[in-house]
Amino acid sequence: MKNPGTAQTPVEGLNRRNFLKLLGGGIAVALTYSDLNALSKHTAFAGDDAIAAWIHILENGTVTVYTGKVEVGQNIRTSLSQAVAEELSVPVNSIEMIMGDTLLTPYDRGTYGSLTTPVMALQLRKAAASLKEVLTDMAAKQWNVAKQTVEAKNGQVIHAASGKTMSFGDLTKGKKILLAVNNQVQLTPAEKWSVAGTPVAKVNAKSFVSGKHKYVSDMTMPGMVYGKILRAPSYGASLIAADIKNAKISPDVHVVKEDNFIGVTAPDPQTAANALARIEARWKTTAQPSRAEIFTYLKTHSQDKEEKAGEGVDKAFQAAPVQVQQHFEVQYIAHVPLEPRAALAVWENEKLTVWTGTQRPFGVQEELAEILSIPKNDIRVMMPDTGSAYGGKHSGEAAVEAARLSRAVGKPVKVMWTREEEFKWAYFRPGGLIEVAAGASNEGLLTSWEFHNYNSGGAGIEVPYEVAHRHIQYHPSDTPLKQGSYRGLAATANVFSIESVMDDLARQLKQDPLQFRLNNLKDERLKQVLQAAASKFGWTRPKEAGHGYGIAGAFIKNAYVGTCAEVIYNKSNGQLRVLRLVVAFECGAIVNPMHLENQVMGCVLQGLGGALFEAVDFKDGRILNPSLSSYRVPRFGDIPGLDIVLLNRKDIPSAGAGEAPIVGVAPAIRNAIADVTGVKLYTLPLLPHGMTLKT
Amino acid sequence: MKINVNGTDYTLNVPANTSLLDALRVNLNLTGSKYGCGEGACGACKVLIDGHATPSCITPVASVENKIVITIEGLEKDGQLHPLQQAFLDEDAFQCAYCSSGMIISAVALKAKNPNPGRQEIIEAMQGNICRCCVYPRIINAISKA
Repeated sequence: MKNPGTAQTPVEGLNRRNFLKLLGGGIAVALTYSDLNALSKHTAFAGDDAIAAWIHILENGTVTVYTGKVEVGQNIRTSLSQAVAEELSVPVNSIEMIMGDTLLTPYDRGTYGSLTTPVMALQLRKAAASLKEVLTDMAAKQWNVAKQTVEAKNGQVIHAASGKTMSFGDLTKGKKILLAVNNQVQLTPAEKWSVAGTPVAKVNAKSFVSGKHKYVSDMTMPGMVYGKILRAPSYGASLIAADIKNAKISPDVHVVKEDNFIGVTAPDPQTAANALARIEARWKTTAQPSRAEIFTYLKTHSQDKEEKAGEGVDKAFQAAPVQVQQHFEVQYIAHVPLEPRAALAVWENEKLTVWTGTQRPFGVQEELAEILSIPKNDIRVMMPDTGSAYGGKHSGEAAVEAARLSRAVGKPVKVMWTREEEFKWAYFRPGGLIEVAAGASNEGLLTSWEFHNYNSGGAGIEVPYEVAHRHIQYHPSDTPLKQGSYRGLAATANVFSIESVMDDLARQLKQDPLQFRLNNLKDERLKQVLQAAASKFGWTRPKEAGHGYGIAGAFIKNAYVGTCAEVIYNKSNGQLRVLRLVVAFECGAIVNPMHLENQVMGCVLQGLGGALFEAVDFKDGRILNPSLSSYRVPRFGDIPGLDIVLLNRKDIPSAGAGEAPIVGVAPAIRNAIADVTGVKLYTLPLLPHGMTLKT
Repeated sequence: MKINVNGTDYTLNVPANTSLLDALRVNLNLTGSKYGCGEGACGACKVLIDGHATPSCITPVASVENKIVITIEGLEKDGQLHPLQQAFLDEDAFQCAYCSSGMIISAVALKAKNPNPGRQEIIEAMQGNICRCCVYPRIINAISKA
């Protein structure tokens, strides 16, 4: 429980309700930090089991919802509003979401792992439904009528027999409801949803298209200066000496040197950059593995001892009349969030407030506490809706840098990373080596499955097909590049390998790749998405000359995806083109069909980059393509035709959708290339040298 | 140095190598134009300079004296969104929306030259703009329908 205690006593005239009024219920772009810091010292909050920790109704009827989850473009500000609107019976536009604010929202580990919809939406539903019960109870007592005769609807309590009505705001008079969330409360089943399940438009969308939304990199404060940090020339380099005296190019430039942390601040970013360029530093570099040797390196630096596959797997593989034994190489790729890391930090009375774009505001709060050696409760981290992340903003580097500079110069400091810094000093999706040995019977049933993943990760590593003998192992390794989360994590690499091997087996058996998969599957939901994709695609339609079809399916984080690809191959010049993709997706009951389609579309098309051409190039501890002119991401011209089929399973709880759709893209295209060319590719990206097949 | 942005004249006192993007964002507090790459490769910073969609991050502010600069903030008229802004809203043509300003500016320039661009013409005109959330098909729809 965070911030335990009762919250009923106003302190210094500012209880949470007044405080929220002060903020107008919005994210604190209004820079009222002095009031906020006073509050953080004195104000006690409801425990996380109380309704008020999650939802609070203001006297004017505004419903304030608190969640530690953050908005990075996945539209959960909208979908969570829909969940609350549904269960509380209030209009969506009466809801103000306070998100990712360590002072105001209950603790949350972070916005990742497709957990918002299955976990946070459920929590908010329970809080909203509990609150609705309390409201009807309060009205019944006030009107002295039976509770069962009171209905809560559209922001009002209604007693039909007497014709009495009262708005939620008038009923509660802005009081916090400290009763506990009833975890057994009856929730509205998806079949009866009227707000959830509908295409509600992105909340505050107008502020984005008019350029008015303030991302962290847009925020300013009176007296604020801009910070720049001195970077090492390569990974593993240590500072020998730095001459900083030439950097003070004007009286309002400050140079900060705390051991190996060196930075400058200036009234404008250009002056800060000019000053930083004047620092002369000497570095000691160390030997670092390069891309050319990376896969050997990852295998030889595996951190766990190789377990010999059980005898059953070996024997079954040896006995299998149909065998595939292959290894796959998956390159490191970058997230490239269009808004690079940014943070604005300000200190007041030894207390720190930071606005930063992060998927883990509470994690950043902990990171700051540790590095700055101050109590966590003296730090407030806030996360305004940010310029995307894709798993790439779990860490708080810019926040730490802004906080250190701000403490040193005694002014608010904003640090905005350049694109080059984002490429070099954030982290990557891991590269990996995957080794597979799979056997099948002459009838086309899998008999053995051995699968080793070195470094890329364990997500999606389980084979979804039925196979009696299996040995599946993820071997963590010593990565030479900083690596971390990415949309779908290692599922992209693992599913690519699984679905490529399945295709190779089907080809050896001369069986239809779809039918071969269906024959080896028991999971009905996976069968359904494969069949739905194949049906929309026209899997059985005769192929034109030079066209190839490919299919892939997967089950990731309680969501199912089936992907079909059609490629065109020009044999005379080796040119390949992805003509179209069809993606069938099922993640239980659909919360917002418009945003779900948007999410699936973005996920699939982003996946094109990692499938076809994205790769981080590195040598001697340096990133060789740290720019958008040298690291290629998908653009308008890369986009194939795309059909998305959304299967709505109202009988199944909603799962997240921001990750699973990405995993089918690479194997479906790979299998289509094999279909038309006969060339079987075992690397990601598939075509690192452009859309030409080098045979 | 004097520049004209969204119909207003401004006098600036900035370092000589300041980009138009920094001048807009830092000196004029017009933060709708975004930094994405610093090398004119992503389009997030695009503004209209005499009607041409131009990356402001690689445009020295000194070079736009005597020119007409329009930013995303200058597209609304009398509180009404520009038809392209409205089309982006109607088509839900964004996720994080960090690219939206530059996308809309590029689309405004395209439509001024070619009011009814075909799909391939849109793709060619927009090739310099990255939507990292990759909702490209919806952006194409928005531009087609606006």
